Amino acid sequence: MIALRGVCKTFDGGASYAVRDVSLEVPARTFVAIVGDSGSGKTTLLKTINRLIEPEAGEVYINGEPVRSVAPHELRRRIGYVFQGVGLFPHLSIAQNIGITPRLAGWPEEAIRARVEELIDLVRLPRTFLTRRPAELSGGQRQRVGIARALAARPAIVLMDEPFGALDPVTRDGLGTECRRLHESMRLTTVMVTHDILEAVLLADRICVMRRGRVVADGEPHELLAGHPDPAVRTLMDMPRRQAERVRALLEERAARE
Amino acid sequence: MSDPLRSALAVLPEYLSQHVLLSAAALALGVALSVPLLIAARHSARLRWPVLAAASLIQTVPSIALLALFYPLLLGLSRLTGRLFGVRFQALGFLPSLLALTLYSILPILRNGVTAVVSLDPAIVQAAHGVGMTSRQRLWRVELPLAAPMLMAGLRTSAVWVIGTATLATSVGQTTLGNYIFTGLQLANWVWVLFGCGAAVALALVTDQLLALIAFGLAHRRPRLAWLGLCLLVAGVAAAAAVPLTGSRRAGFVVGAKNFTEQYILAALISSRLRAEGYPVTERTGLGSRLAFQALAANELSVYVDYTGTVWHDDLHHSSDPPRAKLLSELRTELRRRYGIVLLGPLGYENAYVLAMRRRRAAALGIRTVADLARFAPRFALGGDLEFFARPVWHDLKRRYGLHFRALRQYEPAFMYHALMSGAVNVIAAFSSDGRIAEDHLVLLKDPLHVIPPYDAVILLSPRAARNPALRRALEPLINHIPIGLMRHANFLVDRRNDKRTPRQAARWLAHAAHLR
Repeated sequence: MIALRGVCKTFDGGASYAVRDVSLEVPARTFVAIVGDSGSGKTTLLKTINRLIEPEAGEVYINGEPVRSVAPHELRRRIGYVFQGVGLFPHLSIAQNIGITPRLAGWPEEAIRARVEELIDLVRLPRTFLTRRPAELSGGQRQRVGIARALAARPAIVLMDEPFGALDPVTRDGLGTECRRLHESMRLTTVMVTHDILEAVLLADRICVMRRGRVVADGEPHELLAGHPDPAVRTLMDMPRRQAERVRALLEERAARE
Repeated sequence: MSDPLRSALAVLPEYLSQHVLLSAAALALGVALSVPLLIAARHSARLRWPVLAAASLIQTVPSIALLALFYPLLLGLSRLTGRLFGVRFQALGFLPSLLALTLYSILPILRNGVTAVVSLDPAIVQAAHGVGMTSRQRLWRVELPLAAPMLMAGLRTSAVWVIGTATLATSVGQTTLGNYIFTGLQLANWVWVLFGCGAAVALALVTDQLLALIAFGLAHRRPRLAWLGLCLLVAGVAAAAAVPLTGSRRAGFVVGAKNFTEQYILAALISSRLRAEGYPVTERTGLGSRLAFQALAANELSVYVDYTGTVWHDDLHHSSDPPRAKLLSELRTELRRRYGIVLLGPLGYENAYVLAMRRRRAAALGIRTVADLARFAPRFALGGDLEFFARPVWHDLKRRYGLHFRALRQYEPAFMYHALMSGAVNVIAAFSSDGRIAEDHLVLLKDPLHVIPPYDAVILLSPRAARNPALRRALEPLINHIPIGLMRHANFLVDRRNDKRTPRQAARWLAHAAHLR
């Protein structure tokens, strides 16, 4: 379980706050989506969990233990991290990329190899890719490798920062579904940052809406879709429904004509 | 019989191996210094700026000046360690060259490395953090491997620079391929100059290509190619280290020579006499005037020939002009007292500065003395060697005769005569024992005010060498046995344009002609 308590982060010495007094609990095996506009603080909040960013105030706990009590690299080896830039190491093969965290953690070579083969199957890429370099793969394939790399050391928690932001809609949809499947099958706790509300609605168990560094709405998708006192949240949540209704209307119109 | 190519090839193993060892040591040290600097500076803009600025600054100091500056620095340091720990080290030759070249090699490696690390894709840096790398793991697993191609490119640039610049180390007494160039320039031996340039270029190209092979092997995951390149480089350096030096450095004498023909001949003459006595001898030729004197005082040279006026004014900084005999005796006393240097005695001729013109031109204008020249000076350009215009004798000449020339031009001695013959200058400050005076039909202008001090050639022995009676015995027969006419002719044999002789051949001729025992 992840718990954030009164987390604050400023990048300008307190003149403004990227994250302002956020408290949040993510129960184990939940898939939480954090949505919001650019600059709302969602990525900053995510990065306080694996200490890529250290908060000025507040505390982040994992299973009741403050993350500050663990060395950053130790902590990060236990948390999968997927982000839009992917960041595969260009000088390493796909197999070496996937196996990097187990290798850093000192797994035996044999175990690393077995785990890498298991993961390449899991993200549905052919094993022939293992010897290739990242430059030889398409964007979607690279992000699959990125996901495999994040999962390699059997983390209980996966953080995803706009993981599909740079992908085309079809790939994006496919990978999203894939992630949800992995979340289920590997019993993960997943926190995903996205600005795509539809993606959040379709994948997450729970959605947190952030604005100007604060969480302004927090609930299950169907709750938020049913309505919210904050007008901006309402507008945001209306969007997927409106789109869905328009699509349905188009389909019905077509059916009526036939 | 005078076959410059054959003589060049004969010393190639020594010159090339010395050049290779110096360059390799400087590069290795440069890498050893710049990689830690790179590691320290890569994430700290506060450290990066001054480090890169310092490296760039060093690069802008002319290499020959940097080399020359290290000599007095090391000499002082050596005196200090001598006083503190009783250990002194050789401040001439290898060490100053190594330090200067090392400093030169740093910038390209450092700058390329820093640029490569700083411009790494931020996504890769973020991923390196995200997968749980420690700072050290990021360095070794991500930053250095990804910076390697740029680092190798920097190393290649450094290697080419160092190999090229190492030729200048000759001027601080380190044998390199530059000896061909410096000696060739002094003796107007163009085959040697070209040979030296060609050899340095070839060495630079080969090294560059071997480094390129290593870089290619690394970049394309062909470790065998990288190893091949590395092994060939190491083999080259090992082969250079295996070449024996001519004459063991430890037990023998070091004979010095400044950078003009006569000095080369006299060094050859002195060396041959010492070798005949069974001593191993090393020659350090092409030294600057002040450098030679300091090196002698520091026992880094055993013996060389200098000139009374030069030592009196330039090294001992006197402004008085005692008459010839008094100058010699005062010089003898003072050198012994202040430096422990022994003035063994005069060779019997003088190599003074003299203002010289082309005979026909001087006759047409009726110029016979420096006083006559003063009237025409505003229309004339004066050529001097690289040291002349900084010497007290020039200031005295200018002041006493009221000389105001249209232009002053500095030349390597060999080019100065060409400049006079081609009309680039009208008057030169020539050397009275120079062979080219006769060859070029020059007239020497008289000095009625006796402004130019006596420049008697004298043999100077270092404090340590002076304690060796056998050395004195070997050189004493030269005292007062070399008349000006013979010295001039010996110089002429080397300097003339056709049928040139080597300094060694001229020295042999001189020994014979002077009936030396």
